[in-house]
Amino acid sequence: MSTQNEELEMFRDTVVRFFKDNVEPHYEQWEKDGIYPKDLYLQMGEAGLLCVDMPEEYGGIGAPFAFSCVVVEEAARMGYLALASNLTVHSDIAAPYILHLGTEAQKQKYLPKMATGECIGAIGMTEPGAGSDLQGMKTSATADGDDYIINGSKTFITNGQHAGVVVLATKTDPKAGAKGTTLFTVDTSLPGFKRGRNLEKAGLHSADTSELFFDNLRISRDEILGRVGGGFGHLIDELPRERLVLAVSAVAHAQGALEKTIDYVTERKAFGQPIASFQNTRFVLATCKTDIEVHRAFVEKCTQQYADNTLDVPTAAMIKLATTEMEGRVTDACLQLFGGYGYMTEYPISRYWADARIQRIYGGTSEIMKEVIARSLVGR
Amino acid sequence: MTAADPQMSDSMAAELADWRDTILRFLADEVEPHYEQWERDGIVPKSLYRKMGDAGLLCVDAPEAYGGSEAPLEFSFAIAEEAARLGYMSLVTNVMMHSDIVVPYITHLGTEAQKQKYLPRMISGEWFGALAMTEPGTGSDLQAIKTTALPDGDGYRLNGSKTFITNGQNADVVIVAAKTDPSGGAKGTTLFLVDTNLPGFKRGRNLEKVGMHAADTSELFFDDVRLGHDAVLGRLGGGFGHLIDELPRERLMLAVAAVAHAEGALERTIAYVTERKAFGQPVASFQNTRFELARIKTEIEVTRAFYEKCCRLYAEGRLDVPTAAMIKLATSDMEGRVVDACLQLFGGYGYMTEYPISRYWADARVQRIYGGTNEIMKEVIARSLVGR
Repeated sequence: MSTQNEELEMFRDTVVRFFKDNVEPHYEQWEKDGIYPKDLYLQMGEAGLLCVDMPEEYGGIGAPFAFSCVVVEEAARMGYLALASNLTVHSDIAAPYILHLGTEAQKQKYLPKMATGECIGAIGMTEPGAGSDLQGMKTSATADGDDYIINGSKTFITNGQHAGVVVLATKTDPKAGAKGTTLFTVDTSLPGFKRGRNLEKAGLHSADTSELFFDNLRISRDEILGRVGGGFGHLIDELPRERLVLAVSAVAHAQGALEKTIDYVTERKAFGQPIASFQNTRFVLATCKTDIEVHRAFVEKCTQQYADNTLDVPTAAMIKLATTEMEGRVTDACLQLFGGYGYMTEYPISRYWADARIQRIYGGTSEIMKEVIARSLVGR
Repeated sequence: MTAADPQMSDSMAAELADWRDTILRFLADEVEPHYEQWERDGIVPKSLYRKMGDAGLLCVDAPEAYGGSEAPLEFSFAIAEEAARLGYMSLVTNVMMHSDIVVPYITHLGTEAQKQKYLPRMISGEWFGALAMTEPGTGSDLQAIKTTALPDGDGYRLNGSKTFITNGQNADVVIVAAKTDPSGGAKGTTLFLVDTNLPGFKRGRNLEKVGMHAADTSELFFDDVRLGHDAVLGRLGGGFGHLIDELPRERLMLAVAAVAHAEGALERTIAYVTERKAFGQPVASFQNTRFELARIKTEIEVTRAFYEKCCRLYAEGRLDVPTAAMIKLATSDMEGRVVDACLQLFGGYGYMTEYPISRYWADARVQRIYGGTNEIMKEVIARSLVGR
């Protein structure tokens, strides 16, 4: 365990150094551009920071899950939440879907390129008319000989501009409700695939979030991911990991905001004394620190449960709900301690605050989490 | 209820489960039928402590040499957990003060003679213990205490008064913090074991409170109480350091009770909202009810994970003062939020004393005040972040 801890800390150093060298100098520009260059993925792949817990035969390094979390953690802590979110979708959601559900051919086709950063992964679930209510989605995949024809559209798709492969949820049997849902691995070079605009958002500016369109896209049945009609179950199976990684980023993001705030309040003076000496400042810091440490313990416990395969759906909902709400409280309280400067884009705390807002919405809204938890307490 | 340590062995988990059954049976037989009366009386009869001693429910982690069963800390926690969960919070604080605060002070700091004198009687419930720090003019600011124990012949002469003392009416022995060197600041503080049958010791009234009615909380007066050198607990002038050393365990115990108390409130609330109907449907079917329950459950589970982590740190001797302050702050704040939200879901019934949820609510309030106010906790945590 301690050797693994040492290795983990060494890996953390590598990650931090990479972000300092390759992200920090450019991040503000990328935020203005609303996207970062695809090259960054290649660089990250080269540095071994993508899909780190994928098996070696598919280009990963077969590292424990904790190593993959470290990449997201450090990106979030340093305030690059757009990057953390894109990486999570690529390394911790899209790639595991293919690893867990794909045929050998699918794994060979996509995973090694995802590990090098040549092929960026996205998940296509949400539609303009179907957000949390996944059963209401309309994108169809109709059997046609040995192929399927996909028609429909998706929205709010993370990595939408850069994606080389989309794990796409479709209806193969529109009458069968949840049981008619099937996943496909869609190569974005196929005719009939079109990207919509890169959506402007209130925060997370450098994350490319897009609409995707499928117009009579012909796809081989070899690209079915998992079972025909099994899509909904597959989505449910992968949820605990997704929510856990989101929680990891939430705690690290709050931690980073607190670190920056402590630096600021010890430097900055008001009424002739450091802001850190005012009781309100001290109590707010204490509250934030406690909030973070309490949630860190819950993340650690859930991470252990995930490793033991005992992380159930209600608990995964609790971790997502709790950590993102905490992140919202902490980043908001931290910004306040910066006063007017906290509202200025040149102070990164403003970005922590704006970026944090989406965490309570994507990956299942806080309200959906509450409904999932409530069902485990009092039924439907 | 979950065990404090997820890595606990199966045999210990089984023993702990049996132990919980013993506790629950005792509480059902000896506490439940009388608790409402005790709440009205403002005190628990002393005979209850003898019964608890006979059942082996006092000081369970005390050394075997003095009559304890030297059980792991989880066994001690289980008593507080079950009693708090069932809503007997007054009993929890009284027994915790005795078993988990006063007795450990004596175990950790006492001389062999002191241990021989007190521990067997405290483990059997014959004698009950209290800890007297707070004074009318000195709450959180312990360095300002005025009670003195000045050298006098072959011993000391104790003068002063204390207030808000848990077990004040039932106590047979009180650990008293006094100034032996009034000019020595924190370094002039010494702890004494004071038998309540000594001449000059007087109990004040049993204070009326907004909750915790069955807990006897009192003023104590010391009027020229003569104490021998053998009454000094720990080092002369070392009282402040001793108090600090014992804080992590105290705060951890408080956290145990807070989490279990919140959990008990949630259990009662779930039972109520699934039974009770409004506008023709169970209260549990309204979205607000569901979301409140979900939020409460999540708060409890998140805080529980932190408390479990702190238990492990404590067991490894690594629970530091700022973290102990965080656990006290976090759990008691959470408890306050949870019991308040639970009461709300009961509507008007929640405000009626006949519904135990009203007691959960009123009892929880003091948890943010005693054992170090939450404001003091924040100051302790802030010092660890940005210094003084």
